[in-house]
Amino acid sequence: MHELSVCQALVAQVEQIAINHGALKVESVKLRIGPLSGVELSLLEHAYPFASAGTLVEGSRLEIERAPLKLNCEACGLESEAKPNLLTCRMCGSCLTRVVSGEELTLMSVELITA
Amino acid sequence: MCNTCGCNITSGNREFAYKPVNGMTAVSVLENLLARNDDQARHNRHHFDKHDLIAINVMSSPGAGKTALLEATIDALGNRYRIGVIEGDLETENDAIRIRAKGVPAYQIITGAACHLDAHMLHNALHEFPLEGLDILFIENVGNLVCPASFDLGQHRNVILLSVTEGDDKPAKYPVMFRAADAVILTKSDLLPMLDDFNPARAELNLRSLGSRVPLITLSARKSLDLGDWLDWLIGELVQKRGKLASDIPAQPVTDLRSISSNTRMRE
Repeated sequence: MHELSVCQALVAQVEQIAINHGALKVESVKLRIGPLSGVELSLLEHAYPFASAGTLVEGSRLEIERAPLKLNCEACGLESEAKPNLLTCRMCGSCLTRVVSGEELTLMSVELITA
Repeated sequence: MCNTCGCNITSGNREFAYKPVNGMTAVSVLENLLARNDDQARHNRHHFDKHDLIAINVMSSPGAGKTALLEATIDALGNRYRIGVIEGDLETENDAIRIRAKGVPAYQIITGAACHLDAHMLHNALHEFPLEGLDILFIENVGNLVCPASFDLGQHRNVILLSVTEGDDKPAKYPVMFRAADAVILTKSDLLPMLDDFNPARAELNLRSLGSRVPLITLSARKSLDLGDWLDWLIGELVQKRGKLASDIPAQPVTDLRSISSNTRMRE
């Protein structure tokens, strides 16, 4: 539901970068998003053309890299992959785990058309 | 070095930052998508810290009893602590009116169509809502277990309510929200004898399965049952926060949703 807000923030951020670099247009935008970011990828992709319409970002390619969900267990030290609603250690069952990857909602890079 | 004139581009990272190919420039950013919201949230947090108060973001699904919990809290602590409430709802001033009836200042943010509060909405509200002399500021977010989890408001702590009239698997269904909690409150406990499908132990198991170690407190705000643990937690956080301010460490929610971006950048 909030993906449009997130997308509007993304477009504003990318447009500012384009302006700072004197770009004519934006070619592509690369994101890295994890399953615990709270953002649904398909909704974000659907919102992108609407949020970018009429900006320097309009017509650009949105590339989303999915970050894996990884845990580190403080009890036994195992690093393992996990599901969003089962974040206990799959080896020892401890809930003393830290998410080391999977919360990302990151703008990685943009490609600008400069001339 | 700044991000404006290009002086942050060195021989070491030049290749990374600019790659002019046929009039194309690649720019590495590595910033959170909600960077502007986060900047505003930091500003709000600084504002709260200047007033030496603790700001608590209260989140839950609609009807879990957020306003009732605040009313009971005001009844219990209103004579010892100065409390203020900022309410977020899509429409109506009803919640702010309920809080004001308890003799506590309240400001209503009407979000219109927005399903969550963001740091900018809260900042605008702060212009209209004096913080002078407050000990505790509650921010009652829009009733929603999805979107509010993604937006830092500048709060110091997140409290998430789960009423026993909902499913005990809510933490498993909404992991992003429940992972953001600094405390989870099981509300409407007086109804438990009537509900054979809500098992508090199962609710706790679902919460712990998220790797969450936060306190889980069961109470009934309406019947003023078992409020002690909640009030102790609240006062404890305020005392701890004021101690932290004295030693100049900014307090932040324990589970920082954007801790990944903080890992790649300098932690404040």
